[in-house]
Amino acid sequence: MPDTRNAIDVRNAVKRYGSFTALQSITLSIRDNEFFTLLGPSGCGKTTLLRMIAGFEDVTEGEIFLFGEEIENLPPHQRPVNTVFQNYALFPHMTVEENVMFGLEMRGSSREAARQTAGKMLELVQLAQFSARKPSQLSGGQQQRVALARALAPQPKVLLLDEPLSALDLKLRQAMRSELKSIQRETGITFTFVTHDQEEALTMSDRIAVMSAGRLQQLGEARDIYERPVNRFVADFIGETNLLDARLEAVDASVATCRLANGLTLECDAIGSARSGADVHISIRPERMTLTAVNDDPWQGTVKENIFVGTDVQTIVQLQGDIALTVRTQNSAAGVATIFDPGTEVAITVEAGAARMLED
Amino acid sequence: MSSRGDVRTYSGFRAITMLCLFVLYSPLIIVTIYSFNASRSITVWEGLSLQWYADVFWGPESGKFKQAAINSFTIALIAATMSTAIATSAATAIVRGGRFRLRTASLGLISLPLMVPEIVTAVATLIFFNSIGFTRGYLTILAAHIAFCIPFAYLPIQARMQGIEDTYEQAAQDLYATKAQAFRRVLLPMMMPGIIAGFLLAFIVSLDDFIITNFVKGAGVETLPTAIFGSVKQGIKPNIMAISTMLLVVSIAMVTISYIVGKKDNST
Repeated sequence: MPDTRNAIDVRNAVKRYGSFTALQSITLSIRDNEFFTLLGPSGCGKTTLLRMIAGFEDVTEGEIFLFGEEIENLPPHQRPVNTVFQNYALFPHMTVEENVMFGLEMRGSSREAARQTAGKMLELVQLAQFSARKPSQLSGGQQQRVALARALAPQPKVLLLDEPLSALDLKLRQAMRSELKSIQRETGITFTFVTHDQEEALTMSDRIAVMSAGRLQQLGEARDIYERPVNRFVADFIGETNLLDARLEAVDASVATCRLANGLTLECDAIGSARSGADVHISIRPERMTLTAVNDDPWQGTVKENIFVGTDVQTIVQLQGDIALTVRTQNSAAGVATIFDPGTEVAITVEAGAARMLED
Repeated sequence: MSSRGDVRTYSGFRAITMLCLFVLYSPLIIVTIYSFNASRSITVWEGLSLQWYADVFWGPESGKFKQAAINSFTIALIAATMSTAIATSAATAIVRGGRFRLRTASLGLISLPLMVPEIVTAVATLIFFNSIGFTRGYLTILAAHIAFCIPFAYLPIQARMQGIEDTYEQAAQDLYATKAQAFRRVLLPMMMPGIIAGFLLAFIVSLDDFIITNFVKGAGVETLPTAIFGSVKQGIKPNIMAISTMLLVVSIAMVTISYIVGKKDNST
């Protein structure tokens, strides 16, 4: 039985278009009151899943529950969830206020009650003074907030957001992130947010579901997914990382010793079922390594290039055996002291616990 | 603004443009000017007068023209309304009905009458009414007009509808509107400029039709074009020019309304 405390329970949901499978048996739960993000590259099935929850796509197999109630066979207008569309889809022939009132009136509110709620919603998104305008008279950011107010006005049990920030420019996008987050806290409504932007996902979400090729790759809190990715796709998609091929040499209790192709060894947390001799992969985040003057440590290489990126400097270090590592050093007084000119021989220190072993 | 490749720099461009405009508009301008002629002759100018307009309304043929005008406008109004309603339903089904079998065929079948020579349609319609024993008269004209106006009403409606993304209806349904409510409250108002354009086009085409009307009208029932043709057969009098000018003004008014509606929509 589904847990009635969960806002959304997706059980073995499959979506096929003819012979193409867009979603392969997705099972996940979205908790009440959380900011949940479906994250993945375009074509991974995240929008399809969102549209299945909203009711715009049929579910080929499986079930979807909303607070324990099975909804996958209900038409969209009978599902107490609302959507903020990527292109906003504001009704161009209605004023801003009429747009926000639409859902309320369709749910049976009187015109007066709908107008009052719409007023409150427009205040929440700081657009009260624009209520008599047509959507075409607003900027992109303002239209976005109208779309948000319109979707929030009927007090949906879950708010679905389909890449709502992708059409905004960078500054506005960053401002909207914190605004969305604070509106979510203020209203207490469960937000389900779809994005391909990992930074957006990391900064706003309580929990993130990483998707790729129609499958759920990993589900967890932002930090968890960043620090402990379960496979190469997640490690690479979330943030930046160095991915290295390795062989599992020995597993001793919880410590796994891995040997790289050039003979260097690393110790990682043992995970999964990999046995000694198995081919594995190692992920090391660039900011979890530091450079020092050359010493007797076997982890040595030559600085190839320094790339200045503002907040920090990326150094590409060439190790023996054709392995290149990217090291990030913070652009601070202490950090700059550990940056070396190209051509310099350096030693690399990998922080304890920074190397993450991945089975696939 | 004019660059080397600009068509305006081609030699003879101005002369050809002038010639085209002259051929297109000089007959209309001459008819309009001579409708204000004080003479009984249609070629000799004898001064400004409104007598032929008065003749249309109060002259010996005024009864015939009045009845023809009433027939023409009521038929155009009903035919345009009916064909627009049918065309709107057809556009909704074809554009929003997803990919159903014979979708392309349906689209082709609706637009095909535009390509069929009108005389063929006229003969076919006449034979059809004869074979089902439908007595020719006002109703046969009306039925024929509704039918041939559909493709004219359909094209602007379809064009408009294709420009409306289906997320608007999804947004309406997401906000608790049933399919019917989403259609009425969101899709229909957004389609309205196309519907108005389709209606006006159908109205003008119906008002103006001669060939089909002439075939399917019964004895004694006339529309303006057939009444004008009947008069002309007995010799062209300036009152024909006056009535033609008035028809021209109605058509121009319709086109202008259609243009303004389209323009207003683009600005919002």
